[in-house]
Amino acid sequence: MGRRKLTSFRVELSLQPTLYSVIFFSLLAIVLAFACGSIIFLFYHISPWIAYQTFFRGAFGSWYAFSETLKRTIPLLLVGEGLALAFRAQVLNIGAEGQILLGAVAATWVALFSGLPSFLLLPTMFLLGFLAGAGWALIPAFFKTRFAVNEVLSTLMLNYVASNLVLYLIGGPWKGKGVRGFTYTDTFPEAAWLKTMGITRVPYFTLLTGIVLAVGGYIFLKKSALGFEFRIVGNSSETAKLLGISEEKIVLFAMFLSGGLAGFAGVGEVAGIHHLLRHPDHISLGYGYTAIIVAWLARANPLATIFTSFLFGALLSGGDALRVSLGIPFQVVSVFNGLILFFLISTERLSRYRIIWGEEKAVERSGS
Amino acid sequence: MAVVEKKEKNSKEGKTVEVAFRSITKRFSPDILANDRVSFEVEKGTVHALLGENGAGKTTLMNILYGLFPPDEGEIIIRGMPTKISSPREAINLGIGMVHQHFKLISTHTVSENIILGLASTPFFFPAEKAESEIRFLSERYGLKIDPRARIWQLSAGEKQKVEILKALYRRAEILVLDEPTSVLTPQEAEELFATLRLMKEEGKTCIFITHKLNEVKEIADAVTVMRRGKVISTILPSSVSLEELARMTVGKEVISVVPRKTVSGKIILQLQKVSAMGDREIPALSKLSLTVREGEIVGVAGVAGNGQKELAEVIVGLRQATEGHVFLQDKEITNLPPRDIASLGVAYIPEERHMGLVGEMSVAENLLLRGYSRPPFSQGFWVDWEKAEAYSEKLISNYHINPPIADIPVRLLSGGNRQRVIIARELERKPKLVIASNPTAGLDVSGVEAIHELLVKAQEEGAGILLISGDLDELLKLSNRIVIMFKGEIVGEKEKEHWTEEDRREIGLGMGGVRI
Repeated sequence: MGRRKLTSFRVELSLQPTLYSVIFFSLLAIVLAFACGSIIFLFYHISPWIAYQTFFRGAFGSWYAFSETLKRTIPLLLVGEGLALAFRAQVLNIGAEGQILLGAVAATWVALFSGLPSFLLLPTMFLLGFLAGAGWALIPAFFKTRFAVNEVLSTLMLNYVASNLVLYLIGGPWKGKGVRGFTYTDTFPEAAWLKTMGITRVPYFTLLTGIVLAVGGYIFLKKSALGFEFRIVGNSSETAKLLGISEEKIVLFAMFLSGGLAGFAGVGEVAGIHHLLRHPDHISLGYGYTAIIVAWLARANPLATIFTSFLFGALLSGGDALRVSLGIPFQVVSVFNGLILFFLISTERLSRYRIIWGEEKAVERSGS
Repeated sequence: MAVVEKKEKNSKEGKTVEVAFRSITKRFSPDILANDRVSFEVEKGTVHALLGENGAGKTTLMNILYGLFPPDEGEIIIRGMPTKISSPREAINLGIGMVHQHFKLISTHTVSENIILGLASTPFFFPAEKAESEIRFLSERYGLKIDPRARIWQLSAGEKQKVEILKALYRRAEILVLDEPTSVLTPQEAEELFATLRLMKEEGKTCIFITHKLNEVKEIADAVTVMRRGKVISTILPSSVSLEELARMTVGKEVISVVPRKTVSGKIILQLQKVSAMGDREIPALSKLSLTVREGEIVGVAGVAGNGQKELAEVIVGLRQATEGHVFLQDKEITNLPPRDIASLGVAYIPEERHMGLVGEMSVAENLLLRGYSRPPFSQGFWVDWEKAEAYSEKLISNYHINPPIADIPVRLLSGGNRQRVIIARELERKPKLVIASNPTAGLDVSGVEAIHELLVKAQEEGAGILLISGDLDELLKLSNRIVIMFKGEIVGEKEKEHWTEEDRREIGLGMGGVRI
């Protein structure tokens, strides 16, 4: 073999995935998703290189691009951290999309029809928005705790109900007076608008709240007695039963928190960006679904949702740039999300393996 | 190959070697050498015991044989052929069957569905029906009485084991590996198992029997390989050594027995008055059962598994509803109170199923805190004082000799004995008035059993009343002041003694079989 140095390695199942292997394989999944995504661009006769350039310019290329990324990060962060809490307790809330819309509906009612004095508008919008999202999530929670109805199905189905509720309101009783043929409400009074950072469309109140709550959620899980119960129920409902922890209480609370945060995010969208209630697809861009991936990628760790929501925020705004500059349908971005999730799940098992480089015995064997 | 020929002379005239292990080495991490150059041979048509403490490497070796993971070095020779077994399927094709310590059955499926699961010959529609007659035939032939249509969750541990054995037999296993099979069995069930093994032996099948019970080795094994810390100490004929010698080989030191018991006349801690309850199968499991436990007393509950012992424990700790009757803790009625309230009144519970008492993914420190996290001194309400908890768990880890002594590794990485120590540390450190212990030493090695017995006796000396439910009569005779015998949800006999004799043992055995004493 001469002087050529052989790099040999051995793969071994480790008992516990390390932080590095989790990060490594998560990044690998994203890289693989991008590689697969290239194939789609080739179908559109666009060089993947140019496509990804456009993509990154659209997500980070300028202050404007960066602010667009942040704008999308906020709802993902708020919803994602709530879902992370729920997933930790094995409560599979798939209904954040509908909970966002309910928050938006509640906020619209406050802004347009409550007749509250201006200075009370925003606080009431956020409070009622939170409660509306939470209340919407408590419906499936009730059926789960009382009749053992699978929450995946019930939360998912309620999304359609919420979506149709919004369509009904904007086309019927809440249809704006000055909007003629369009279906949306009147614009909110300015007192019900969230302040944004400079000339961007990034409301700093929701951004800061999102970050604070991510840290708070992390501390809650790690340090509080209730957070400890969340983790016990999520890991072993049998042990929880033996200890006398009320699983019902945990399910209700997890739904309340995750639904509430989604509702809160919905308020942020209408009060910070749209300033009116409009078609559900424009209010939420599928944030409720994308946030599931955000929470998953963060391994249900609220603190990590800060990074993962930013990643998906970038994905959405980069996708927007693709659509505008290259004429690629927006759905391609959804394909990306799907690919990333697909590779994440596929590489999940791998993160339990450990690669050991340059193992001595292998070198000996290759030398003989 | 040279190695093989050199060793072949060990197998003498007329005897065929079914399995030979040649210098098997398995390292899990740089520090853990699970198997260290393990070599021995198993003859065809014998029961070969593999004796050793927990962590001696027995299960690792058998998992290698079953293809669950490859050895780092060495080879396995089956019927004279060096074989590389890289998956359980290959092992099954080689005629190897394995009954794991923790059963691999799907609890919502029926017995026959579990048995045929994964077989290529299984038809797509109504898969279980075809197999039923053969399963009935096999269970007749080997004395493994079981209803092929029963669902797994309805079965007792002993019955589940029968299903596992049937599963292996159905797959035409020639070599059956049993990992501590008697740890879940009562003496009677163990006898039944031994009868099955003898039948299999007569047909030329080979059994490898992992155990740490010395008298079982004497009773059933034709040969025994003793392992300690990953190494083979010796392979010998059980008849050629005494129990004491075997014990010394396994643990490497003399085993000490515990003090004689004396009768106790303290205050009554636990009183059950005509308690009835339903079992999982919605049939009555306890019928008008009355029982008392006094301060500083160990009351042993003897009985064949499945006679209501599990339900008895669950009713007392609040996990199962009593349908009639009353349960008193001292003077307070605790009938059907929530489990947490009963626990906080001073009732400790060591459950039969260890995984129920622990959260595998959580750290040792967190598991030690499962009872105390919401109360002072660890919590004043909302927050948990993890610094205090950390110090507390360090203390418990060293007091109860939990190994490895690391507070922040997931508890699932610990061995069975050490996981049980975590549970016992957590439960006994609360200084309970009453301890309900269900088979607390099941599956533990000699020194693990000793340690847990000592801890129970210590709790007793500190004044706790202990209800010890055990399928191991020797354990009950060793520890109990009083023994009650359960049969079909009732107490059919009771004995109180300072010194238990062989005569008592025989009588209790009869009582467990349903004879009133």
